[in-house]
Formats: sequence, C-alpha cells, structure tokens
Amino acid sequence: MIDWAYLFEVSLTGIASGGLYALAGLAFVLVYKATRVVNLAIGEMLMVGAYLFFTFAALFALPIWLAIPLAVLGCGLLGALIERTMIRPLLGEPPISAFMVTVGLASILVGIVEIIWSADQRRLPEFLPSTPVMIGDAFIAPKVAWGAGVAVVLIGFVLVLFRYWRGGVALRATASDQGAAYAMGINVPRVFSIAWVASAMIAAVAGIIVGAIGGISSSMGVFGLSVLVVVMVGGLDSVLGALVAGLFIGWVEAVAGTFLGGEYKLLATFLVLVVVLMIRPYGLFGTHEIERL
Amino acid sequence: MRIGTLKESYVADAALFDSVTQKRMLAAGAALLVLFPFIANDYWLYLACLVAINIVSATGLNILTGYTGLVSLGQAAFMGLGAYTVAILETRLGTHFLINLWAGGAVAMLGGIIVGIPSLRVKGLYLAITTIAASFIAHFLFANFEFTGRTGGLSLPPARTFGIFLDTSFRLYWMIVPITVLMVIGAANLFRTRIGRAFIAIRDRDISAEVLGIPLLRYKLLSFAVSSFYAGVAGGLWAYFFRVVTPESFPLVMSIFFLAAIIVGGMGTILGGILGAIFMTMVPELLKLIFDILPGGREMTVFLSPVRTVVFGLLIVGFLVFEPLGLAEVWRRIRRFFHLWPFRN
Amino acid sequence: MSVEAVTLAFGGVKALAGVGFDVKPGTITAVIGPNGAGKTSLFNTISGFYRPSQGAIRFRGEDITALPAPQRAKLGLARSFQNIALFRGMTVLDNIKLGRHAHLRTNVFDALGYFGRASREEAELRRDIEERIIDFLEIDHIRHASVATLPYGLQKRVEMARALAMQPKILMLDEPVAGMNREETEDMARFILDVRAEWGVTVLMVEHDMGMVMDLSDHVVVLNFGQVIARGTPAAVQNDPEVITAYLGAGDVGELRKKLRGGAVLEPNA
Repeated sequence: MIDWAYLFEVSLTGIASGGLYALAGLAFVLVYKATRVVNLAIGEMLMVGAYLFFTFAALFALPIWLAIPLAVLGCGLLGALIERTMIRPLLGEPPISAFMVTVGLASILVGIVEIIWSADQRRLPEFLPSTPVMIGDAFIAPKVAWGAGVAVVLIGFVLVLFRYWRGGVALRATASDQGAAYAMGINVPRVFSIAWVASAMIAAVAGIIVGAIGGISSSMGVFGLSVLVVVMVGGLDSVLGALVAGLFIGWVEAVAGTFLGGEYKLLATFLVLVVVLMIRPYGLFGTHEIERL
Repeated sequence: MRIGTLKESYVADAALFDSVTQKRMLAAGAALLVLFPFIANDYWLYLACLVAINIVSATGLNILTGYTGLVSLGQAAFMGLGAYTVAILETRLGTHFLINLWAGGAVAMLGGIIVGIPSLRVKGLYLAITTIAASFIAHFLFANFEFTGRTGGLSLPPARTFGIFLDTSFRLYWMIVPITVLMVIGAANLFRTRIGRAFIAIRDRDISAEVLGIPLLRYKLLSFAVSSFYAGVAGGLWAYFFRVVTPESFPLVMSIFFLAAIIVGGMGTILGGILGAIFMTMVPELLKLIFDILPGGREMTVFLSPVRTVVFGLLIVGFLVFEPLGLAEVWRRIRRFFHLWPFRN
Repeated sequence: MSVEAVTLAFGGVKALAGVGFDVKPGTITAVIGPNGAGKTSLFNTISGFYRPSQGAIRFRGEDITALPAPQRAKLGLARSFQNIALFRGMTVLDNIKLGRHAHLRTNVFDALGYFGRASREEAELRRDIEERIIDFLEIDHIRHASVATLPYGLQKRVEMARALAMQPKILMLDEPVAGMNREETEDMARFILDVRAEWGVTVLMVEHDMGMVMDLSDHVVVLNFGQVIARGTPAAVQNDPEVITAYLGAGDVGELRKKLRGGAVLEPNA
C-alpha cells in the first residue's frame, strides 16, 4: 500500500532539490544560448562560488549579507576571466574545442581549490532560517525549502528578463549567427562576456545553497554531471526546459532513492535521459538543428 | 636542407617517408629503439613500456575522434574490456599472449561497435554522453560479476613465450614495443587508402560524404571498431604489464587523459597520437622531478596531486588556445625551418 | 534518367510539386528558375538526401527512388554542390581520390597492411586520376595543396574533378559557375563541353547564368515554386510567356518581350 502522505513529502523534497538543479541548469543554458558552448565545468564553477563564500564568511568572518554578494561577484569575475582567456580565442573553432576547454577548466579549478583550501570537506556557516517548513502535513528540510525558493525566484526573474529585455534577443542572435549579429550592431564580445558573467554568478548562488545543504568539498563538481543530464532532458538552449527538467529529475531522484534504494538514483536519471532522447532527441524544449546540404 | 626530393613515379610520391634525411632519421630511431633497453635502467624501461601502451590507445582514439570526428570518452572502458579478456583467458586457459591480445582486441571491438550503433542519429555532445554511459555500464559489469572477480578484480601470471616469463620491464619491453610499432604503422597505412579518406570525409562533412558514395553507418561503425580494437590491445598489454586488473583500473578520467593526449599531440595526425601520449605520460614524472629538485619541495608533496591536476587542465586549455593543432604542428614548423636551412626564407 | 511526378513536402510546405522531366543520355540539361524555386531540393532528392513523398526517379531504367544515397553514387550519379563541399582536412589529390570511393575495393584489412592490394589499387587510382582528370582540368600545380588554401575558382574546379572521379554516367552540377568572372565561366563551360564530348557523360545542371544556359544546353527545364512551368529547347523556353513572367514579374507580356528583343539577357528576378 502506497503511503501517499510519505510520497507527497518525498516528492516535495525532491522537487525542492530539483529547484537547485534547475538553477544550475539555468546557468548552463545561459552560456549555451549565447555562445553555443557546452560548459562541462559548470559543477566546478558552482564549487568556486561556494568556496568563495566560505572564505568570506568563515575565514574572513564577514557578515553574511556582505559575504554572499562578494562571493557572487567574485565568481562573476571568474566567469569574465574564463570567457576572455579561454572561450573567446576559440570562436571559430569546431565545438569540440570549446567543450574540451571546459574539461580542462574543470581540472584547473579543482586543482586550485585543492591547493588553496585542501581537499577536505567543510561546512558553511549557517545563514538560512532553520525553522522546519511544513506544507500541510509534509515536512521539508528548511535549507532545502529556502534554497528552492531562492532558485525559483531567480529563474523567474531570468525568464522574464529574456522575454521583455532586448538583451535577450541579442543573446539569441549571437548564438545563432555571430556574423549577422555583428552586422546588426550587436556588440558580440560584450554579449559573450555578459552571458558568462551572469552564468557564473547564478552558478555561485546555486553553489552557496548546495554547499549550505551538504557541505563543500573539492569533489562538489560532480554535481555538474547531474546538471548535464538535466539540460539534455530539458533542451540545451531552453531556460524553461532547465526549469521543468530540473524539477522533474529532482523528483525522480528523490523518489527512486527513497523507494528503490540509493544505488538506483543514477540508474533512474539515466533511464529518464534515454527515454526522453528517444522521443525528442533535442530534449523536451530544445530547438531542432536542421542540417542543410 | 630539403633537397633531392624529386619523385619519378606516383608510387614514390605516395610513400610515407620520402626524403633521404627522413629515411636516415627513421633508421636512427629504429636503432635507438633496439638499443634502448640495454642502456636504460629499470625506471626508464618502465616508463617506456607505459608510454608505448599509451601510444597504442591514443592512436586508436585518434582514429575515432581525431580523424573521424566522433568524440569518445569511452576509450578507457574499451581498454578495460581488453584487459579483462586477457586476464580471464590467461588465468583460465593459459593461451599464448598473442592469442589473448587478439581476443582482447576483438572483445573491445565488439563493445565499440555496439556503442557506435547510435552514432548515426546521435551526434556531437550526445554521442560523447553515450560513451560516458558506456563507461559506467562497463564499470558496472566489471564490478558485479563473479568471473571478472567483482570489486577485487583479477590478477594474472606473467605472459609466457617459448618458456620465458615476461615478468621484468626489460622483457616486457620486447613484447610491448614491437606491437606498438606495428599498430602505429597500420594506422598510418589506413590513411593512405580509401578507408582513411572516408573517415576524414565523415569528420569534415558527413552529409556530403554520403552523397559521394560513403555509407555513413558502416564507416562510423568501422571507425569505432578499429579504434576500440586498438584500445583492447592496449588494455591487454596493460594487463600483462601491471598484472592486476580491477574495475577501478580504467576510470573515466583515463578516457579524459587520452582525449587530452590527442589534443595536445595533434588530433588527426599519427605523429600527434605518438607525441601526445609521450608528453602526457612524461609530464607527471617531470612534475615529480621538479618537486624533488626544488628546495623545500619535499615538504610540498601533498601538493603534488592537485598541482598535477592543475597542470593537466592548463595543458589542455593552453594547447587548445595557443596551439590547437598540437605538438605535431610544432614539429612541422621545426621541420619547415630546416627545409630551407641554412638559407633563411 | 527520368524524374516522374516527384513531390517533396516539408511539413506543410511543398518544395517540389509534381515535378517531372526526362534527361536523355549524352545531353546537357539545365534546370533554371528564380531563387527558392526548388532547384537544389530537386538535386538533393535525386542524390538521395531527401525522400520524395510522392513520385519516382528512374535511372537507366531502374527505379532508384528508394535507393540510399551511397548506392546511387555507385550507379554513376555524381554531383557537385552549390556551396562548395570539399573536405578541408585533405589535400586536393585526396579529395579527388575520395570521389572514387564507391568503386574501390580495398577493405580495412588490406588498408592496415597496405602492401599488396591496397597499394596496387592506390597506385592505379593515382595514375588514372592524374592522366584523365588532373590533366584535363589543369589543376596539376595544386594537387598537394590543402583545399582550404585555394581560391574560390580553383575550389570549384576541384569539386568538378572529384565529381569526375566518381566515374559518372550523369554529372549533376549545382551552379558550377556561381561567383565566377567571365574568364572562369568560359573555362568551366569549355570543361563541361569537353566532359560531354570525351567522357560521354550526361550533364544536368542548375544555373543562373543565362548566357551559359542558352549556349550550352540542349534542353532546359524551368521551375517556379516547386513546379515545372516550362521545358524544351533554350530558344523555346526563352520565349515562353510563363517563364518571362516568373523571372521579370507580372506585366504585359508583349511589353516585356519587346524589352527582351532589345537585347537584354534574361536575369532572375531579385
């Protein structure tokens, strides 16, 4: 007999953690939409954000309301640096080059984090309210719930931005045809920078929340693999897809993990990926790339 | 100075090594390879064997990713297939190592073909993810079956030939290096024929290639097959070299290592596979050396691992940004310089 | 070859609707029409890249509508592409050799060993290409050049060379002189005529350069909005009122004809 109340509770938790997947997915999609680059280092950028926050809040003992923006900005700076030094030089090259560069970047970031902060796991200072969150009779861990809340707000903000701000159109233009975008007077390099900076900042927020929930370590980047699955299911260039897929995969993982066992989490997500790709090879909301002869 | 390279027949024009200097260098290289084991100490022999194994695997990956354009992160998994096959055959049947290596290659080849089947509909990133999935599946298989020794893996006795046990680096050198040389020559030959040309065509413009007469699925599968055969043999040699095979012996990072090797060496050139494998294998050793030499370096050995990680990442990024054609291109530039030496420009 | 009532639809859009015409062996047939008329879609359908939703394509009596593209190449259907589709990672010589792919027999084992069948076949191929194609198209000075370094006109010639290497029975050229100046166009026209004369190849070409079309072709097919609106000899087509309307826009046909008689060459409507 299914315990519906329990299922509801587990589902809520799953969806809430899915919100974080969605947030990280958003960061990924932003970069892909603007620059057509698959950023495999998204998990590592998340990690840097978390570690920066750790440094400011715990090591420098700055107040939380200062530490968070500093960490986010710091990560944004990193994003700009990465774009300038590693991504822009590869503009005309085949996509595998940028892909591999992000693989290299992931290694660099992990190594640097280990050198500066060592590979040990750490805990972040508490800053989220710790009163349990109840929806009806269902309990959600407060950190998870608040984290999800932040994620949803941020995603909503970006969605609206894309819709109504002409920058959103510029972003999409540069992704599909850089030459034409240039000709239209769009400052392509600046769009690239903005995309990477924004993506890094969003990743930092996600990283801080993930770190707050589960602690930080130099292997946090493995979160990125799940994010990759999320964006593939949702569609590499779809913000909405990242949201929907993130929530869905979060839910699938929670339910599979609780009712089938922890080892089945990965299997379940992979299964979802395979099924979705078979029905819609470009993801649920992705755009189909048409090849002309 | 490059002179006297006039060709008088088409066959001569198509030769792999065409000038007198090149032939001389080739002879010198061959002589060096033969003399090396007699003058090198155990450490260098160990490195040489490791480099040779990596060259085989890198060349295989180069065929698939560098020449045919199919990005694969599954090279380590195919090596694992070959290694386990060799380990199982050696421990259970005791067949001769050449047979075992062939079998290892064949099993890996089968794996490669299976993984390659979706490659007609699935492209680029999605294919790469498929290969990652294949890695996980392979790991699952290795870790969960009795006859692969589960998580403990398998250990195998040394290879035997004519009653001699190949259990020292010196002896293993004579097993590994000739096989490596043969396989590299085979790969070079591949690209003088229509098969190799078809691979490159698929990489550059696969739709047009089809209209020109190349059946895409068949050739993509062929590329997977050849490439994973190479990986399987490399895995088999690995098994004979280390004599222990576990599910953790061939992790995803190893696949990334080989991908980095062909990027650094030069994708789409045989020389690139060789140079990349040598370079990437030697860099960690070089780092160890630097840490030993540097004053105060001994206390910093805890940093060796992360520094290695950073350097690895920097190499990938650095080469992609500054020298996307890899070490092979650097070599070509040096050669071009000497074509006109001592006359400049 | 004959194209019979071919219809090609993408979703609701009909790129080709009931297109049908014959191509007699040994002739030069030109397919013309305003931009977007469906000419390249037609070529792609004949090559096998697209599958028509209706209709059939016959080649030397055989129905090839369901045949996959690589097999059509083997039967002798060769083509060049509108936007040059050379393989940038290879030299000119390798690109040309690739054309012969479908007719070679080296398999992977021969290739790995090389000495033996593979080297014989390669030598044979090289000699054949040098003597018949490279000489013919006068590209011997660039045979080892990387195609990416070549100027546009030479690239087009290499494309032609590759198509010739396919041992074609029918050569489909998609805008062979696009972007060429007068001299290059005349060279290419000469090559096409020579190909027909020396090799006995049938030529089917898409072209916008009306001078070339009128001078070279035996037969012209005019497409507009995916339909055949006229076919016949160049002279007949030139005077066809439908064709004139399609190219120069609606208006009094008599007036337009008078304009034409004044000596202007038919140009496609912008």
